[in-house]
Amino acid sequence: MAVINFITQEGEKISVEGTSGSIMELATSVGIAGLDGDCGGVCSCATCHVYVNETYRKIVGEAEKIEKEMLEFDELAKENSRLSCQIEISEKLDGIELIVARE
Amino acid sequence: MLIGTGNKALSIHLSTDIAMKDSLFQDTFEEARKQKGIGQMNDQDDPIVMVLRHKDVRKCAFNWKGFKSEAKPGRIVVPSEVNIRDTRQIPFEIDPPNHTAYRKVLESWFKRPLQEEYKNSLSAIISELLDEQLKQEATEVISELSLPLQSKALTLLLNTSMEEAETWISWGVHVFRSEATALDKDKANILYDYIEKEIDRAIEKPGKDLYSVLLNTELEGRKLSREEVKGILVLTFAGGRDTVINFLTNSLSYFAEKPKMLDWLRKDPSIIGKATEELVRYFSPLTHIGRVSTSDTAVCGHEVKSDSRISLCWASANRDETVFENPNEVILDRKVNPHVAFGFSHHKCLGATHARQIMKEFLRILPRKVSKIEILEAEENIEEWGDFKRKVGFEKLNVKLYSQQG
Repeated sequence: MAVINFITQEGEKISVEGTSGSIMELATSVGIAGLDGDCGGVCSCATCHVYVNETYRKIVGEAEKIEKEMLEFDELAKENSRLSCQIEISEKLDGIELIVARE
Repeated sequence: MLIGTGNKALSIHLSTDIAMKDSLFQDTFEEARKQKGIGQMNDQDDPIVMVLRHKDVRKCAFNWKGFKSEAKPGRIVVPSEVNIRDTRQIPFEIDPPNHTAYRKVLESWFKRPLQEEYKNSLSAIISELLDEQLKQEATEVISELSLPLQSKALTLLLNTSMEEAETWISWGVHVFRSEATALDKDKANILYDYIEKEIDRAIEKPGKDLYSVLLNTELEGRKLSREEVKGILVLTFAGGRDTVINFLTNSLSYFAEKPKMLDWLRKDPSIIGKATEELVRYFSPLTHIGRVSTSDTAVCGHEVKSDSRISLCWASANRDETVFENPNEVILDRKVNPHVAFGFSHHKCLGATHARQIMKEFLRILPRKVSKIEILEAEENIEEWGDFKRKVGFEKLNVKLYSQQG
């Protein structure tokens, strides 16, 4: 189990416990604002864009090619951007802070 | 074989016992995409460079400053609608920063399909239509299932009475096209007149429908104008009509010829989300959409003059072999699927949430109620874009639906 902390663009912090599946699935199951996951996690829409806090960037790891190419065309993308549909929940992520990129 | 001419869609009648490939949608762009990366076509003396590769399509879609949508109303649609309308479709024919402001005020309404109550209503519409057709000896899918489903579902998006759907069904599949011509001004006027009357009705007696909500919507400190409200509604009616109808009809043809895939959905509904994305990639109901170049430039090494048109060919990008493994196969549980069937970047489809819910609910209910689909007769709808001929759906698809219970 891992506690995933989402910080919305409104500045609200929402902590959710997850055990499996992707971060996007966890977020949409509780309705985190700005994190829609329109395509259901197949890396087609970029509506699950998050920024990973520095401490966890290495643990989360680098994006794969297709995800990187998707982010390349997102004007909100930064160095610590990831699509949360491509991050699987694991105990290693316990305590992670993810800032939701969109309002 | 029936072959049309000019702009009219080409119809080829295939006997199913010869072909047995009604669910096959070939990639007509493959060679051009690999060799040159572009295609060319003329459209009412306003030529178009068709952008075919996935990366180029996304790059041009993202580059709204270089390739604008805010051209003369109707010009970014292919075939161009400049001769049949003056109303600007909003936010589709607007660029940032104004586009961003419109999207912001519209998005919450267009996300309503995610609500449980909305899904339940959609589910009831689909169930009722399938139950009705399961009692019939034969079903003409477009007129008796896909069009009624699309129209009834639209009443949910507009939050209007279900009875309105009967009027929309009577208009047929296209709102700007008729049997006789690809662009029909008289037919388009039917839609405009209808919307004008509904706006009058909403002004006189406001309700909870989209017309009333838009008339009361504020954008940067002012109310939306009547023309803006009309532009948003025209887009809502036109954008999701033949696209949704083609998705539903084409999907039925697929499950008719791939019954094991229907079994798979029945046994494992967890793949429905991925199956929806994969079928929409494969069928790509909207072939392409235009943009107007704002300067002399080049796409894929090909010269593009200022104020000339390019088109973003979603259908070609969705079969790009450098992005999709086995692009011409339907892999229902395809895990990574960066398709562009709903557009890309700023102008991604505003109605995509609604369309996806229809598709997902349809794929959830169909295998529960239907055990087998038999194609009795199929008449393909082949679009002509310059030298490219692309099957986008069917003119007619007669099937027999067999009940899951019996």
